[in-house]
Amino acid sequence: MTEAKVTAESSEVLKPPISHAGIIGWARLNLFNGWFNSTLTILILVAALQLIPPFVNWAFIDSVWNTTGAECQQVKGACWSVIPANFRLVIFGFYPAESQWRPLLAMIMLVGLLLYSKNRNNWGKRLLYIWLFSLFIMGVLMRGGLFGLQPVESAKWSGLPLTLILSFFGMLAAYPLGVVLALGRRSNLTGIRSLCVVYIEMIRGVPLISLLFMSSIMFPLFLPKDLNIDKILRAQVAIILFTAAYIAEVVRGGLQAIDRGQYEAAESIGLNYYQTMRLVILPQALKIVIPPSVGILISAFKDTSLVVIIALYDLLNTSKSALSNPEWMGSSSEVYIFVALIYFLFCYLMSSYSRRLEAELEYKSTE
Amino acid sequence: MATESQIINSAPSEESIIKIANMHKWYGDFHVLKDINLDVKKGERIVICGPSGSGKSTMIRCINRLEEHQKGTIDVNGIELTNDLKNIEKVRAEVGMVFQHFNLFPHLTIVENLTLGPIWVRKTPKKEAEELAMHYLEIVHIPEQAQKYPGQISGGQQQRVAIARSLCMKPEIMLFDEPTSALDPEMIKEVLDVMIELAEGGMTMLVVTHEMGFAKTVAHRVVFMDFGEIVETNEPYAFFDNPEHERTQLFLSQIL
Repeated sequence: MTEAKVTAESSEVLKPPISHAGIIGWARLNLFNGWFNSTLTILILVAALQLIPPFVNWAFIDSVWNTTGAECQQVKGACWSVIPANFRLVIFGFYPAESQWRPLLAMIMLVGLLLYSKNRNNWGKRLLYIWLFSLFIMGVLMRGGLFGLQPVESAKWSGLPLTLILSFFGMLAAYPLGVVLALGRRSNLTGIRSLCVVYIEMIRGVPLISLLFMSSIMFPLFLPKDLNIDKILRAQVAIILFTAAYIAEVVRGGLQAIDRGQYEAAESIGLNYYQTMRLVILPQALKIVIPPSVGILISAFKDTSLVVIIALYDLLNTSKSALSNPEWMGSSSEVYIFVALIYFLFCYLMSSYSRRLEAELEYKSTE
Repeated sequence: MATESQIINSAPSEESIIKIANMHKWYGDFHVLKDINLDVKKGERIVICGPSGSGKSTMIRCINRLEEHQKGTIDVNGIELTNDLKNIEKVRAEVGMVFQHFNLFPHLTIVENLTLGPIWVRKTPKKEAEELAMHYLEIVHIPEQAQKYPGQISGGQQQRVAIARSLCMKPEIMLFDEPTSALDPEMIKEVLDVMIELAEGGMTMLVVTHEMGFAKTVAHRVVFMDFGEIVETNEPYAFFDNPEHERTQLFLSQIL
């Protein structure tokens, strides 16, 4: 072997010069280098001083946490009491009060399993079976009718469980469908390719709202009278179809980034099309598109709130109904801030997980 | 590059393993390969040379159907290459290919690169495939790199891994498409040495290369191509010392 090793032992080890030290140095370098940045810094400081103290006063100092709605009218600050008072309505919507432990348990299972699945060491057949079993249990918990549980019709599913159902199954089904569409769009078979192009362009050409309307109003017109497909299911399908089209385009970008030589190498050792895709191309392509895919999944999560327009009561809509109670009418900011925090929590978890996954999958390389 | 004094003495058998007859290929209207006829015996080693754009890479890529030919026949180990996918997969499993840019799978470790074909195409059990992989890594002299990723080893080592990856399929034929062209000069020898060892083992080899020393050492025949045609085929010494064709003489005068 002829591996040349160049060592730098002879030359002295030099550290880069430290031009700016301490807090003052840092501030000069980052905040006040030049008149433009200095002006910006001062403007932002002034704005922050104007906005933050009043907000802190409103949210924490003048606020009340445990009062009735009538008492809230006298308070200058935030009336957080609206949240404990309406907590069950906002979170569980119209699910029968005595059975609300069931969606709660289902949600805990879902979140717990998602957190458990974060660790890639746990991935495997066993995890798949755990998922299938848990999904079945969650379904039984929501729907009832088995093991002596009171049946609860899906029209009453609402609040956070509904948001989680729509977004979780939306993402779960949309991602593989999107991958298939992306592969189809790059297929050599003209029929398949044009079908995929038409699908992707058509879906991307219309807003999600119009798809939801179609699913709830137009679609039933084409069905026989006695056939009644669940409204949530129809919205779910619309969300899946919509998200898949966007995923498809992102994945296609990833596929295009893979060198032709990778296909040739895989084919030259005798792998067939499906093996080549599954073992060689997709693992590389999907890794490249983690950031944009997660972007799409996050927006899909938030877009589930559009089901408001077809009268499904997701998290955002149940908070609205809490606010329609005259007792709490003045407290909309508080409720929306609370709901925003729930959305933020889930989105933040998704994006932080994607960053971790990206780092874990980084190819080891000396360069 | 290689030691020019020694010539490997394993003679090819009489039996043909590749038969290319009246083969033509077009890219759109461009006629890249014109009436190619080539018969390769089992155990024969052929070096293909020629100016860039002469169609030499395209020709060997036709042998495992990375490129499709439009006219004539290619018969590999008794299987004729047509649009039949099953046949193409069968041929590819028997024909190893080494590329100019290695084309290792960057998301897999070295040993995973090697076991992919045996496990999925040959249906070899994982443990057995790993033993096979280690065996061939020893043949290319880098067993210690087995758990690394392609990005962590040098170009010469990557190319040797690529050779081992092909060998793991126990191919009857090995195709080399300019295997040393993308390497730094100090790494060319380590790759050529592995190829020479392979030749000593009696492997049927078709090598597109500019390494004329290698051609003299290992080739039974040298094929010269220009403008999509086979211009001249001869034994290495006759080829280099007394090129018959004018175009061959011009080419050799430019590279030697």
